Amino acid sequence: MYDVIVIGAGVSGAAAARELSRYKARICVIEKEEDVCCGTSKANSAIVHAGYDAAPGSLKAKLNVRGNQMMGELAKDLDFLFKRNGSLVICTAEEDLSALQELYERGQINGVKDLRILSREETLTMEPNVTDCVCAALYAPTAGIICPFELNIALAENAYTNGVEFRFDTEVEKIVKSEEGYELHTNKGIFRTKYVVNAAGVYADELHNMVSEKKIRIMPRRGDYCLLDKAAGSHVERTVFALPGKFGKGILVTPTVHGNLLVGPTAIDVEDKEGINTSREGLEQVMEKAGLNVKNLPMRQVITSFAGLRAHEEQGDFLIGEAEDAKGFIDCAGIESPGIASCPAIGEMVAQIIRDRMGLEEKDNFISTRKGIRRPADLSKEERNELIGKEPAYGSIVCRCEMITEGEIIDAVRRPLGAKSLDGIKRRTRAGMGRCQSGFCSPRVMEILARERDMSMFDITKSGGKSQIVVGINKDAL
Amino acid sequence: MKQYDIVIIGGGPAGLAAAVSAKKNGIDRILILERDKELGGILNQCIHNGFGLHTFQEELTGPEYADRFIEQVKELDIAYKLNTMVMDISREKVVTAMNREDGLFDVQAKAVILAMGCRERARGALNIPGFRPAGIYSAGTAQRLVNMEGYMPGREVVILGSGDIGLIMARRMTLEGAKVKVVAELMPYSGGLKRNIVQCLDDYGIPLKLSHTVIDIKGKERVEGITLAEVDKGGKPVPGTEEFYSCDTLLLSVGLIPENEISEKIGVEMNRATSGPKVNESLETNIKGVFACGNVLHVHDLVDFVSEEAAAAGKNAASYVKKEHPEERNGREIRLNPENGVRYTVPVTINTARMDDELTVRFRVDGVYKNCYVSAYFDGERVLHRRRQVVAPGEMEEMKLTREQLLQYPDLETITVKVEEE
Repeated sequence: MYDVIVIGAGVSGAAAARELSRYKARICVIEKEEDVCCGTSKANSAIVHAGYDAAPGSLKAKLNVRGNQMMGELAKDLDFLFKRNGSLVICTAEEDLSALQELYERGQINGVKDLRILSREETLTMEPNVTDCVCAALYAPTAGIICPFELNIALAENAYTNGVEFRFDTEVEKIVKSEEGYELHTNKGIFRTKYVVNAAGVYADELHNMVSEKKIRIMPRRGDYCLLDKAAGSHVERTVFALPGKFGKGILVTPTVHGNLLVGPTAIDVEDKEGINTSREGLEQVMEKAGLNVKNLPMRQVITSFAGLRAHEEQGDFLIGEAEDAKGFIDCAGIESPGIASCPAIGEMVAQIIRDRMGLEEKDNFISTRKGIRRPADLSKEERNELIGKEPAYGSIVCRCEMITEGEIIDAVRRPLGAKSLDGIKRRTRAGMGRCQSGFCSPRVMEILARERDMSMFDITKSGGKSQIVVGINKDAL
Repeated sequence: MKQYDIVIIGGGPAGLAAAVSAKKNGIDRILILERDKELGGILNQCIHNGFGLHTFQEELTGPEYADRFIEQVKELDIAYKLNTMVMDISREKVVTAMNREDGLFDVQAKAVILAMGCRERARGALNIPGFRPAGIYSAGTAQRLVNMEGYMPGREVVILGSGDIGLIMARRMTLEGAKVKVVAELMPYSGGLKRNIVQCLDDYGIPLKLSHTVIDIKGKERVEGITLAEVDKGGKPVPGTEEFYSCDTLLLSVGLIPENEISEKIGVEMNRATSGPKVNESLETNIKGVFACGNVLHVHDLVDFVSEEAAAAGKNAASYVKKEHPEERNGREIRLNPENGVRYTVPVTINTARMDDELTVRFRVDGVYKNCYVSAYFDGERVLHRRRQVVAPGEMEEMKLTREQLLQYPDLETITVKVEEE
């Protein structure tokens, strides 16, 4: 019997698990995929929004602003990359100035610090590649960019270090109310728990609706993105948004924390909760609309495109709290944008609800920090040579585009909740994330993974399940 | 810091030939830096034959061809380091590299030869929509898995792009027991050599669909199928022409990109048409003493020409080190201008004082032209005029210029190379 089972190992689930791991409780995270960060958390804009977008008084507004404030400290504690690069909302028509002003005022009410409206000249001085049609911009210096994989992995690793169990490839099929709480029927057997945190992303409605008569509905809203080469990474320094208008939030252009340029997303409602397939129309729209606010975009330098699904709940706000007619079932649903920014605050809120309901006591041995994978590229020459002297694998470059060493890949596999697939290694180290998109390094990475996990090459997958890379040996079918 | 006369970045066909040539031209302190575990580069995975017809008048496999040069490198006692990645290079030609044994180390070079080769364009560059499952490989990655590691990446294969590696892999996958269903090519012509279309597709009954592209990829975990559609002249899919192919593998052979990240670090000026450095008659970049050859300079079809070009680069780098061409011998700088059907030329400038008696100008055309002429105009005057039955983007062209010929035009400023109807 667990005290709490968290369903879903995305950023919300991992943040909730990590916050809960401060307390004396038996906690387990159940994840249907083979790794953390496999759903919405892995495919989004990787933005820590400032917090001026959401309606005042909404959970989105409150948790976004709080999460943004917490992120700096959290990034230091958990050793992940986060940069407050600031954001600009571009206004290109005089008649929209009132809308920009409204956004500014909303930000003030939400408690966003240091917001400013910039003139056309100020904007262009700050960000010369913004469209010449700009007439004003809302500048939010507290906005930032982050590596969502690292954020998610760091939260999960730290939760694990603090005693949280993780079960992967475990899918909840049925939830039964029991005397003490809930029984979760999964493909890996029955799990019993007093409390459930429903952080199942686009599936959160299905789980909620298993226990509650007050039905919710989550509509996956797909966003298509294009990622550009690092050579284009300094095209803008800040995150550039369109003024939210009749076309929604619009296509943003942002540097990533690793120095690429990201453009997107579209907003297309889809039925399929696994429908992360990009569409021609979607990608065309990204290419076309990205140029509205940023000029001279080098779209020739796209290295990959992808899509993510926003877990959009019909009411439009985050849905966090105990289900009215299902005691002990804590929803953490409808976590769409600004979910990445909000996740530290979401975790805190969920943990506080459960702490108060269960009367949990704080541990005295909570470990609040975590060291990430060592990045040799950040070391001085002397430090790097000292490292290679001790561990020669750090002298061997495997991914030539991102300059990732074998040492980093080994670390990614061996560390707590280590990588089991090529995508797992990619999310942890960036091997395969560069301009050749794993063309050169995948055979090497497969070899290292097979050796480290003592597995056959035929069991190596791209991302778990049936995503094997090789299917046999030469001539075996002849 | 160790000093070398010439540091060669890359130990593939270009680097090897450059090293051998530099040594034969009197340079002793040469170092080849190779990132892979053996010399030979991509030739090691090209186990088919057809290499060496020009160089050795023999038909060799890729590894055999590489071996001829590797043997020379060893006989000539040229130093090389394997598993060694070049991390950085400075304007002063300090090359920073790294491996397991030496860690991060610097070497000082008098001249540098860039011979890093190229990489394959990935799916992202084409923005092919659909899922992102396992089973999508660049043709070269599949070639490595099959030819060097012995693993089958899939059983039922569709290939997008008719570049040479894609064509070669269509045959290889068939020989290893896979079913290659179709090769689709976006352009109305193949990007590969004619002989490869005959020997790799026609001989095995594999259909080639020109003016077709992949418009969707199905399969969430592993590829389950792809949809092809015909494209119009603008490259847009034509509605109603969609055709679904069930398959577990999609191979991409959609172009090669010279790998010039290191070159760009030292400010080497690039040619947009080739994605390689702009070079003069000596295959020297805008940075004195930095030379380029092989696929890092422009993508070749035949390794024989890579070797030839690299030998020239090696010889020229040797001359540079020996200061055989003092700057005061300033000859005339003639500009080469690609026009009307010619996409680029290598080199882009010629200095008559530095050039050899004969110079090979290599170039590619931008489309298929039949019964045409390839001409060179010396300023206004048509000097070279050669009839060609057919020229195509998949086959590199060349033109020989002699020093004597250029000296007959003392005021010559520009040589324009173009395709003409008559």
